[in-house]
Amino acid sequence: MAATSTPPESPEVAMIRVRRNLRYYLDQGFYYLTMAFALAIAITLVWIVIQIGLTAIPAITQFGLGFLTSTTWDPVQNIYGILPQIYGTLVSAIIALVVAVPLGLGIAIFLSEDFLPTYVTTPIAFAIELLAAIPSVVIGLWGIFILIPFLRPFYTFVHRYLGWIPLFGTEPRGNSLLTLGLVLAFMILPLITSISRQTLVSLPPYLRQGAMALGATRWETILRVLIPAGFSGIVGSIMLALGRAMGETMAAAMLVGNSNRINISLLEPGSTIASLIASQFGEAGRDQVAALLYAGLVLMILSLIVNILAEIIIKKFQNVER
Amino acid sequence: MIFKLRKSRLITIISAIITASIVVACGPQGGGGSPTGQVISISGAGATFPAPLYQNWFKTYAQQVDPNVQISYQSVGSGAGLEQYINGTVDFGASDAPISGDRLKSFQERYNANPIQVPMAGGAVVFAYNLPGVDELKLPREVYCGIVTGKITRWNDPKLVAANPGKSLPDKPITFAHRSDGSGTTFIFVNHINTVCPDWPAGVGTSVNWPVGVGGQGNEGVAAQIQQNEGTIGYVEYAYAKLNNLPRALVENKSGNFIYPSPEAASKTFAGTTIPEDFALLVPDPENPEAFPIAGLTWILVYPEYEDAKKWEALKGVLLWALGDDGKKIAEQLDYVPMPPDIVDRVKVTLDKVKVKS
Repeated sequence: MAATSTPPESPEVAMIRVRRNLRYYLDQGFYYLTMAFALAIAITLVWIVIQIGLTAIPAITQFGLGFLTSTTWDPVQNIYGILPQIYGTLVSAIIALVVAVPLGLGIAIFLSEDFLPTYVTTPIAFAIELLAAIPSVVIGLWGIFILIPFLRPFYTFVHRYLGWIPLFGTEPRGNSLLTLGLVLAFMILPLITSISRQTLVSLPPYLRQGAMALGATRWETILRVLIPAGFSGIVGSIMLALGRAMGETMAAAMLVGNSNRINISLLEPGSTIASLIASQFGEAGRDQVAALLYAGLVLMILSLIVNILAEIIIKKFQNVER
Repeated sequence: MIFKLRKSRLITIISAIITASIVVACGPQGGGGSPTGQVISISGAGATFPAPLYQNWFKTYAQQVDPNVQISYQSVGSGAGLEQYINGTVDFGASDAPISGDRLKSFQERYNANPIQVPMAGGAVVFAYNLPGVDELKLPREVYCGIVTGKITRWNDPKLVAANPGKSLPDKPITFAHRSDGSGTTFIFVNHINTVCPDWPAGVGTSVNWPVGVGGQGNEGVAAQIQQNEGTIGYVEYAYAKLNNLPRALVENKSGNFIYPSPEAASKTFAGTTIPEDFALLVPDPENPEAFPIAGLTWILVYPEYEDAKKWEALKGVLLWALGDDGKKIAEQLDYVPMPPDIVDRVKVTLDKVKVKS
């Protein structure tokens, strides 16, 4: 970088060069510093995966892929399989999405339109974001002591009149996959709402103006123009929410009922991978720890698949837009 | 645009205020009376079942006997406690199940000696239930075996009605609530069930593969299950059931008597038994006709040799004090079963065998 100059430098030029060098080193230093931060995250992730994988090796070699299809979890004889947990994780997450996506998207649309003055919508938006700050153990306790008694008449009603649908075919108990799904919906609502709202708010104004100018009504504008335009942000928020729902631990362990069975009825207790790990890790024997970490690995892979799917969906729809 | 900016700034300010107030609220709680002299800090980890008792013991000891002995006990669970004990990251471990199997082997390999485990207290595990209008429910062996294996599913089962004449048992399904986390309470419970129920399929451990039922997280989770769902029966630690005023069932013991759970009835479980050299006493089905049948001990594990003589002297002092009269009083207040004098004498002899490096 240094200039090859034949005439002797004047003091001013020397000053400039010193400053330029200083700035150059600062720039470079900052570059490497931020790069180190970014790499540290990636390295930590890889490290965690390797460490978990190493501890899980005894279980992986013993059970192999049969781990995913077996329904036995027997710490006494050290025979493990997590099909009921995989089922519970997916089903509770799907229930959560079915409830939270329409609700969250609705709230996001409402808050991003000018239906109400900002001094009303801002506190609402703020309150929804505060929801995300409630610790999950508090939500779990709230679920046990307030939500379950509150939902019981509703469950009884559903079972009595819709009991012919296998999904509601058993006598209701408080702790069930349905309860967990509803609580998870409550927990992921802030994620979906705030990200979708940000997306809708930050859309370029000419989209709305153009649609209006072409004679579209407000609903046509929202449904045909704004939501498709913000689709990638909305799907992104949903996938983030799905990841959160699948990985939720404490509330799941407190509300799902932790019974190691697959039942088509949503009113029966079930189990999720995260709740299994949370409840059994403390007292686990060594083989059991290996099996639990193998289960953790499976959960990570499930999340990875979800994220890849999200990427594919977003890419596909963006292409359609163009 | 300006409005948006102002709004976001408002949010920032509000959240900053909230954060600041939370930080202030959670800040250090001011210094208490700091002990004088050289503080000996001892750390232990393990079982959750005796954790309230241990914490009370250690706190009272620091307050009344020697403020320089500070013991921190983390109730991380028996399994995790034993791992930490084997790895040498604590000064003592605590467990509800005696050390055995590959853990015992790794301890022996690592320290070239046997672990020293001493019983500190006992406790009963009771059946608590929610059945409005039915007091003092009697559970014959056949019935509670049927409930935990899923063979008896309704409250008006003929066997249950026969054992409880004159009580109005409803035509409702029985929901069995068990612990979903690994627990010493579960160990004591299934240790009994495995002995008395011929068709129990799941064996003995701190967590097992339950044939039926709903799992609750911790004693509080099981208690909540019972309190909120009519027709639920489950097992919880005696002290916890008493604290929450859960109705407790009378359980049939080996002699055919129905015993209402109490610390006195549980202490009879251990009276008159011969205790093995390593104190690993399990009484899955006591002979005493007045004993409440579901009870177990909880152990503290110390190392055969300590580097720091002062630390060992302090720890030994605490353990002996806890087994003495003052400690006994606290145990009784908290509804644990204190150790009988003959066991305490043997514990003393055992603790004297611990060596210190000079």
